[in-house]
Amino acid sequence: MTAKALDVERIRNDFPILNRKIHGQPLAYLDNAASSQKPAAVIAAVSGYFLNSHANVHRGAHQLSVEATDAYESARAVVADFIGGRTKELIFTRGTTESINLVANSWGAAHLAEGDEVLLTLMEHHSNLVPWQLVAARAGARLKFVGLTPDGRLDLEDLAAKLGPRTRIVALTHVSNTLGVVNPVAEVARLAHEAGALCLVDGAQAAPHLLVDVVDIGCDFYAFSGHKMCGPTGIGALWGKKELLDAMPPWQGGGEMISEVQLEHSTWAAVPHKFEAGTPSVGDAVGLGAAVRYLSQVGLEAIHSHEIELTEYALERLTELEGFELFGPREDRVGVISFRFGDIHAHDLATILDARGIAIRAGHHCNQPLMRHLGVDATARASLYLYNTRAEIDALVEGLIAAKTLFGGFA
Amino acid sequence: MNDHQMPGAGHDTEVQLQQLYQEVILDHYRKPRNKGVIAASTHQLTLNNPLCGDVVELQLVVRDGKIVDAAFEGSGCSISQASASMMTERLKGRRVADALELDATFTRMLHGDEAAASDEDLGDLRALAGVSRFPVRIKCALLAWNCLEELLEAPA
Repeated sequence: MTAKALDVERIRNDFPILNRKIHGQPLAYLDNAASSQKPAAVIAAVSGYFLNSHANVHRGAHQLSVEATDAYESARAVVADFIGGRTKELIFTRGTTESINLVANSWGAAHLAEGDEVLLTLMEHHSNLVPWQLVAARAGARLKFVGLTPDGRLDLEDLAAKLGPRTRIVALTHVSNTLGVVNPVAEVARLAHEAGALCLVDGAQAAPHLLVDVVDIGCDFYAFSGHKMCGPTGIGALWGKKELLDAMPPWQGGGEMISEVQLEHSTWAAVPHKFEAGTPSVGDAVGLGAAVRYLSQVGLEAIHSHEIELTEYALERLTELEGFELFGPREDRVGVISFRFGDIHAHDLATILDARGIAIRAGHHCNQPLMRHLGVDATARASLYLYNTRAEIDALVEGLIAAKTLFGGFA
Repeated sequence: MNDHQMPGAGHDTEVQLQQLYQEVILDHYRKPRNKGVIAASTHQLTLNNPLCGDVVELQLVVRDGKIVDAAFEGSGCSISQASASMMTERLKGRRVADALELDATFTRMLHGDEAAASDEDLGDLRALAGVSRFPVRIKCALLAWNCLEELLEAPA
């Protein structure tokens, strides 16, 4: 089946912010791995919810509460469906970071004992590292790390060697936010299960760009964020296998998550509400639902092929530049392009490009251990999404040439 | 078909960029002065900017209220490293109170104070006046100076 082609000019009209001028120049937004922009449909859904239907959810017997609850729960259904999960298995969180903290604290506290091992990789975002450091320190568990191949892929031989009888969980990213590489998560999940361990996948950089099916992947938990996939900030999700979620203790206590409360003890609501203490971010959940509908309407295959084609064009043009050095593989990747350019520091590049209206990221990308592994303190990163164009890639290339001129060449 | 053409930087921004990346700044970035380790330093402190990864370690030899030697180690963007390099040049031989005054003048300059920017006491450091037009870069230029403040203002 061939994906329907994506009409970029039409897509761009859906995103009001793309008409902005930055320092008098048209915006070229190439910082999508940090956060994506929002289509008018999402902005309208959030504002429509507050204009017409807001009340607290799962409580009152009045009309608005019913409408708010419907809006919230139908958002849950479309978001679960978007990644191939069942509605009951989808917990709304503030984002990927909170989703992983939930698993580390609830599942981790119940199942990690002294001497147990958590297997991570060298390319994890701090949000899939620090929560495990915290829980491992409390449990007396050890963290182990899968290394990388020289071209920046996961070293599967190293993974097989480090999986052992004490490994309780393998937690890894689906797509690296620095290297852009797509990890073979289905294979990793299979290897983890063979070793008797669970598998958590950090989907923050994958769910916005790839057609994700958690059943096909075969993982136990999948975490992702709304704001990187056209939705609002402050909303994300954790998908988990029902039987695991059922057996896990609550993480935070409060309203929403209880069945019956006595003075000395309580019983818990069923999953997913057991993990949603307090009034949730209803408007943001509605916005994420609208984002998922928007992405599905455009089509994930169409988005993916547009990005792959644009990434190939970008790499072709960028690697022609003397002094351009790419971090990460040429193949098996998405449009997250981390690089260095001669001896011009990433932060200086970002300033010079910003003056031309081009937004990129400069820094360690919440990936300090990976930066140390690569032997750099920062990289520049251009990251693409469905609304980016060849003209913007050309502008990036010209901006880099201008930076080199401004610096009087390389030292 | 494509109506969002991408021209280069506008004229004003281009001028501001040229002021930001003056030759003297690039020279200090690529050939930093006083970069290295002073074995017998009396004061030393490392600070980093966790957002962008810039690092500066400042080392001072202070005797009888006077900075007799200054050096730095570090890595990062041209602004953070050039600022550290130029700062060490202006510190040597200066009394501690004078160094703190220089720090105050420099900080005022970065926040757009034109009187401070024409203070000859700053020497080459005046080349960094252009940073004031780039608010997100002010913290880069101040990194070495934050080390200086913490070292000199700490109780003896």
